[in-house]
Amino acid sequence: MKVCGTVFKYGNDVDTDVIIPARYLNTSSETELAAHCMEDIDKEFVKKVKPGDIIVAGDNFGCGSSREHAPIAIKASGVSLVIANSFARIFYRNSINIGLPILECPEAVAAIAAGDTVSCDLAKGEIVDETTGKTFQAEPFPAFIQNIIDKGGLIKSIAARQN
Amino acid sequence: MGMTMSQKILAAHAHLDSVKAGQLIDAELDMVLGNDITSPVAVKVFEGAQAPCICCPEKVSMVMDHFTPNKDIKAAEQVKTVRNFANKYGVKNFFDVGEMGIEHALLPEKGLVGAGDLVIGADSHTCTYGALGAFSTGVGSTDMAAGMMTNKCWFKVPSAIRFVLKNKPAKYICGKDIILHIIGLIGVDGALYKSMEFTGDGVRYLSIDDRFTICNMAIEAGAKNGIFPVDEITRAYLAGRFTREIRAYEADEDAEYERTVEVDLSALKPTVAFPHLPENTRTREAWGDVKIDQVVIGSCTNGHISDLRIAADILRGKHVAKGVCCIIIPATNAIWKQAMHEGLFDVFLDAGAVVSTPTCGPCLGGHMGILAAAERAVATTNRNFVGRMGHVDSEVYLASPYVAAASAVAGKLAAPDEI
Repeated sequence: MKVCGTVFKYGNDVDTDVIIPARYLNTSSETELAAHCMEDIDKEFVKKVKPGDIIVAGDNFGCGSSREHAPIAIKASGVSLVIANSFARIFYRNSINIGLPILECPEAVAAIAAGDTVSCDLAKGEIVDETTGKTFQAEPFPAFIQNIIDKGGLIKSIAARQN
Repeated sequence: MGMTMSQKILAAHAHLDSVKAGQLIDAELDMVLGNDITSPVAVKVFEGAQAPCICCPEKVSMVMDHFTPNKDIKAAEQVKTVRNFANKYGVKNFFDVGEMGIEHALLPEKGLVGAGDLVIGADSHTCTYGALGAFSTGVGSTDMAAGMMTNKCWFKVPSAIRFVLKNKPAKYICGKDIILHIIGLIGVDGALYKSMEFTGDGVRYLSIDDRFTICNMAIEAGAKNGIFPVDEITRAYLAGRFTREIRAYEADEDAEYERTVEVDLSALKPTVAFPHLPENTRTREAWGDVKIDQVVIGSCTNGHISDLRIAADILRGKHVAKGVCCIIIPATNAIWKQAMHEGLFDVFLDAGAVVSTPTCGPCLGGHMGILAAAERAVATTNRNFVGRMGHVDSEVYLASPYVAAASAVAGKLAAPDEI
């Protein structure tokens, strides 16, 4: 699948409390969560984000709480891909499990600027900064994890295994 | 090549003779945990998958602790969803107000987790049970749902960092100072995807509560799990609570560690993590003059009886400074009762503090002690991220119960020997 969108760029250690503050965790409604996505780090995010847009961030993205509400909020806000230097491990699992595309690519993070238009062939991990013309290759996923992604998330991959 | 303690537990639960770092495995679980925030999402996923039943209902625990007693209508609806689910699918270990406590204090106390177990929990601080010699790690709600459906979970076998704890802790030094010191040393992603294995002669000086505190905050260094060896202190705690077989795993002598970090416990000083990351640690000489508005003593990190005793020792005969709200939250009903019988509540109330029912409450900015803009709290909790305890412009300083109680008296960040 190919995705394309405008980049929102953040720094290191973006934690799940700023992605979706705990005061909104009294709901699991995707639309309600999306309405407060990134609220405590970027109040403009929900006003500006369009379907397909891409988040680019530094090290340890999604650190902190295990709340799956964080990748759910990002996915439901329309974001098509998160590119980071690295992901905190629970956020990494949660994203794979719910089908939010994520890629680790420090070269892309270093070169891509906020507001750039970026496209990506998710299956190949090829990232293109359409604004500058630069291309980057993300780390491939291990086959086991790629299989979960291909099946459309953890629950569907379990169902496929059981059938 | 030998295995670490964590790798041995994973190998045993995957029915493999050995595993190595980076290997992807499916392993059987001893316990799957969720709370009032993460369980509703897991229920949605479970019911969406049309699973006919929970694979092993006795291996599922649901603890209503974050926003309880329910802080608002939406929170009440969430608990109701989980309560109905637990009734429908026969989840015996469902803990509501009156039986609940903060999950990571409650499960060990009830003997639901113990040495050698493999535990996943839809709460990042599930790593706490490493204190008992379990492999225990936080996951999300979908993993929790899958765990309920299959009693299994996939893991990438972690590499490990070994922390050799040496000597007896200095006066006023407890588990919190040790783990904050370590996080300050290696950073909030210093142990990303890895195990933190604690060893050394200093371990025997650490109470089970100190070990809970240390393993609890392994996640704040990005770790997959933290783990202590099983010794007499562990066995004494498990005795009479944990009814399954104690499986005491030991790391092989030739186990591979990515690095070894030595920590001289006798040289540590009271340590505080300044806003807005747990790695921003400072010892007394670098605290400066930080006026505060609130103190919270509690949470899954420091709401144990020994933490409350420390707070009482500091607060006895003294009074909380004017303008400071000091909130004390025993982590479970049993701890609450113990503290009451020991007369600690008299000390707290006479000092001008309040005692709350068990709840995660203010730790995550839920309820029972939310900060206004520009307000500052010293808390024995585990995170000081932007907006963690309330307004986006408030601040949280993470500290031991010694420092938190001393700060409540001083009205500013203070060391226990200053008041």
